[in-house]
Amino acid sequence: MGSGRLYAAVAAGGFRRYATYRAATVAGVFTNTVFGVILVYTYLALWDEKPHLGGYDQAQAVTYVWLGQCLYATLAIQGGGAEKDLMDRIRTGEIAVDLYRPADLQLWWLAGDMGRAMFQMLGRGVVPFLFGALFFPMALPTTLTPWAAFVVTLLLATVVSFAIRYLAALSVFWLLDGMGVNQVLVITGIFFSGMVLPLNAFPGVFGEVVRVLPWAAQIQMPADVLMGETDPLRAFAFQAAWAVALLAAGRLLQSAATRRVVVQGG
Amino acid sequence: MAERGVLLEGVRAYRLIAGMWVRSSMAYRTSFVVTVFGNLTVTALDFVGILLMFSQVDSLGGWSLPEVALLYGLSATSFGIADLVLGSMDVLGARMRDGSFDTLLVRPVPVLAQVGADRFALRRLGRITQGTVVLGWALVSVDVDWSVLKVLLVPVMVVSGAAIFSAVFVAGAAFQIYAQDAAEVQNAFTYGGTTLLQYPPSVFGKDLVRGVTFMLPLAFVNWVPAVYVLGRPYPVGLPGWAAFASPPVAVACCVLAGLAWRTGLRSYRSTGS
Repeated sequence: MGSGRLYAAVAAGGFRRYATYRAATVAGVFTNTVFGVILVYTYLALWDEKPHLGGYDQAQAVTYVWLGQCLYATLAIQGGGAEKDLMDRIRTGEIAVDLYRPADLQLWWLAGDMGRAMFQMLGRGVVPFLFGALFFPMALPTTLTPWAAFVVTLLLATVVSFAIRYLAALSVFWLLDGMGVNQVLVITGIFFSGMVLPLNAFPGVFGEVVRVLPWAAQIQMPADVLMGETDPLRAFAFQAAWAVALLAAGRLLQSAATRRVVVQGG
Repeated sequence: MAERGVLLEGVRAYRLIAGMWVRSSMAYRTSFVVTVFGNLTVTALDFVGILLMFSQVDSLGGWSLPEVALLYGLSATSFGIADLVLGSMDVLGARMRDGSFDTLLVRPVPVLAQVGADRFALRRLGRITQGTVVLGWALVSVDVDWSVLKVLLVPVMVVSGAAIFSAVFVAGAAFQIYAQDAAEVQNAFTYGGTTLLQYPPSVFGKDLVRGVTFMLPLAFVNWVPAVYVLGRPYPVGLPGWAAFASPPVAVACCVLAGLAWRTGLRSYRSTGS
């Protein structure tokens, strides 16, 4: 019971920390909106050329764009969430303090990142999405059930997103510098999450592969659940399986790191 | 004469500061090579996105792949040059927050040169390389009836485009003096601008095209001259000479950005901490 309150407090702290930078949030909303407009037009041209590409009609493609802009910061698609701080702490040796805390390292950082995601969603994600819904035709459900299922997939997506970035951050125990890993996070995040193009529009075998990678849990799954393109239970199972597998991998790596690695600093 | 002296001094200072950052990044050679490669890959993803689109369709907004690649190559190369020269300006907001911007003000060197060369990153050559490769491929594969004028227009586009994007970076830096934390707004115009210009103008709404032609003249980076080279109509009515207007437009942008920068600098108030 007590530990539940601890992680809730950590999550609230993550939320408040990001909520401090109001001007930065407004700037982010503006930038996501501009990118959304650019992408919508290119997608409309693409779907004009090939209707029903990837099983989407034009309104669904538009919805996908705005959902991507909404989740871009929420899921730290390009990195820049908890893993950034964690990498810094490993690099400077401050991680030693974290390891002394009577709390679970992975849960601690997960809680903080959930708080961050929650703020990014409300502060930065909702407005571009509403802007899109106001000015472009979107395919949004009118009943409550898909929205409820959507909330569940969002939660799972956040956990998968964290689990990927946590693994990346732990690698700094061995690499000592996060620059290269961060670049890999940017590349994989943008491409395999489907920020460039919906994963269901990827061609051939490449598409088949991309759709079963963990990044598919981030934007593609929530989008498909929201627009009723997939069975929600199947989507939950897919996301949960990746979340469990990646979190478990994170635990393994974490115990290897804390047992074998000498913390930096003096 | 005094103006010219300041300019030369600025360029010299820029060279010295940039050189210092290059030497410092060269201290870790492997890391440098890896980051150049990473930069190249990240920027190449944009084009992979376009290739993926063209794996599903034969044309986008009526434009073929080599034609879109021409737009992409021009936009990416000129943006890459501006990004190399002035791309670190987004740390300006952070410098103002922590007060280290004040240090730049008391040095006997033009502030713009210092800010522009701050954290000069040679790894940004990755974007230029990638843009140039796509541009080269587009130039040999695009179906154009080349004339001397059209050939000459290609380097003119790259240089004017780089100048226009540089003006956007400087104007963005001036904006940061007022906005500080809101540095990300700049990305909408820099990264957003180069993304926009990678796609044919026919794809976008007429109001948007009008906006980036007459208000924020990004269209002169590549759209307007490239439409002439390819012999295509421009969605918004423009006189015939507009195709050759990129250099004066670039100069005008730079002058306006310079004025904005001066105004911004004059109204700068330190955090005082």
